[in-house]
Amino acid sequence: MTWAFVVIAIAKTIAAFVLLLGVTILLVWFERKVIADMQARIGPNRWGPFGLLQTLADGIKLFFKEGLRPRPADPWTFAIAPVAAMVPSLLAFAVVPFGHEVTIAGHRIFWTLTDLNIGILYFLAMGSLGVYGIVLAGWASGSKYPLLGGVRSSAQMISYEIALGLSIVPVIIASGSLSTVSIVAQQGGSIANVNAFNGIPVLETIAHWFRFLPNWYIWSQWPAFILFMIAGVAETNRAPFDLPEAESELIAGYHTEYSGIRFALFFLGEYVHMVVISAIGVTLWFGGWHGPVFWHGWGDWLWPFVWFMVKVTIFLYTFVWLRATLPRLRYDRLMWLGWKRLLPAALTWIVVTAVVNTPDIPRYYRFGVFGILFLMVIAWIGRGDPRLREAVVPQRHLGPRPITTSRGLDS
Amino acid sequence: MAIPELAKGFRMVLRHVFRRKETVAYPEVRRQPFPRFKGRHVLDRHPDGLEKCIGCELCAGVCPADAIYVVGAANTPEHRFSPGERYAQIYQINYLRCIFCGLCVEACPTEALLMSTEYEISGDSRASLIYTKDQLIVDAPIRRHWPTRKELPPDFNITGGGLSFTEVERPPVPIPLPTEGVSGPFEGGWSGERDTASAFSDRGPRRED
Repeated sequence: MTWAFVVIAIAKTIAAFVLLLGVTILLVWFERKVIADMQARIGPNRWGPFGLLQTLADGIKLFFKEGLRPRPADPWTFAIAPVAAMVPSLLAFAVVPFGHEVTIAGHRIFWTLTDLNIGILYFLAMGSLGVYGIVLAGWASGSKYPLLGGVRSSAQMISYEIALGLSIVPVIIASGSLSTVSIVAQQGGSIANVNAFNGIPVLETIAHWFRFLPNWYIWSQWPAFILFMIAGVAETNRAPFDLPEAESELIAGYHTEYSGIRFALFFLGEYVHMVVISAIGVTLWFGGWHGPVFWHGWGDWLWPFVWFMVKVTIFLYTFVWLRATLPRLRYDRLMWLGWKRLLPAALTWIVVTAVVNTPDIPRYYRFGVFGILFLMVIAWIGRGDPRLREAVVPQRHLGPRPITTSRGLDS
Repeated sequence: MAIPELAKGFRMVLRHVFRRKETVAYPEVRRQPFPRFKGRHVLDRHPDGLEKCIGCELCAGVCPADAIYVVGAANTPEHRFSPGERYAQIYQINYLRCIFCGLCVEACPTEALLMSTEYEISGDSRASLIYTKDQLIVDAPIRRHWPTRKELPPDFNITGGGLSFTEVERPPVPIPLPTEGVSGPFEGGWSGERDTASAFSDRGPRRED
């Protein structure tokens, strides 16, 4: 028996690793193709059908390129930093349930590497560790721009780590669990099964109308999801939060001095991080491997995996969409958003969720508090930046241009 | 908050996904250049087969990039290449230097030098990009799609004509290119492109005259 468990553990580890790297390699191609679509271009089309092997070619190129190390660089830290940046991203995937279960030769195998009872904390811890790689790379390069990029990155990632952690808390309160597997398990079935609405005829009826909707946390926890999404993009250092590697300002930030396989590790780490953030978002808010409500299904060992991958793909598309649309934030705006908007909003939403989920308080009070605080959050988020409002100079109506009068140009 | 503006931006980006692609898969798909696209040069002939070029070197003189090298020679009754007194014994255009401005075409008094729409000019050596007279000259006179030296009417359909000119269908008049008295093809005094030893020299082909 014990042998079987060892074999299963090893097989699952390898499977998860291969899956993650495979998805990541496809993701690089996917991003280039999608962003080409959004810019009315064709994108990579030379290698393989639809340019599918482009990433492979890039990878081979990077493998065989010379790995340069600047003379002022700290050799050991310089070498370790890319690994330190990539490994935590890979490790974070261990708690993601990417399928339901399969029975092989009498063994029930769950499609998750480990079901930690503190799975979410583990994910956050791994996300925090990723900062080290970037900061060390920036410092060890012995160069100005990487240092600036590393400093920027540490400030940004620590700021948004807080918002990220706090945006997950409401879901933990609602589900009462830190284990990703049990959070996913709670999101099965239809929205009509939620017993919070029992005994309230109006809400029961509405829930019955929407019984085709799956019971995912996105319906009740969408503010937390929006916060998670914003903080998650900032966590991965991607546009519009790509200040640590801003090409036009810092050349490439912390990986300016890196080349060859070391650069490839940074590159891969960023994309793995993207996949992991997407997978966690799917797990917490979009029901993980659960499919649509009407899907009662045949082949229930593969389909959960398919649903999971479909949802992750949609997430990744959103990541690319964000990159194609939004320009990079200014640094003070980044800090403003993180500390003065996301953090208070997340705290408020935690209070709301905590009140709503306290069974001791009568339900009508809870819903009342929920409604009031909900409206307050919306109003507060929607307040915008007062500085921006002041900056808007009222425009005089000057009539059609060019404005010429007998005195010449109207001033 | 800026939600409507954000939504507008995101919608705009997503709409581009379904738009026609602006780029083409180049080697497989090629765009037709506009008729007056300034591509590589050709040297025209008269209908009777004589070269239009009279070796006056005005093109070389006007060239801002010093890309043209011409050596004229006198026509003799035995060897007549052009209607006038002189012809171009050597005619070279260096496409490493040419900026395709078309000033040479404007300067040409006999309309001998024209620009085709061919833009795929590449080579694996510097020497191969110095086009010599036998590469530039056409075998038969070319036919223009519009009259030269004439104002075009405002509704003239410039894009409808395809290539700016094509060669006429009649068989080419076999006229031998001058061989005797002409030194090798790279006797043009090109500084950088003749050999790699002086590849990065700044000396131009200007002659002391």
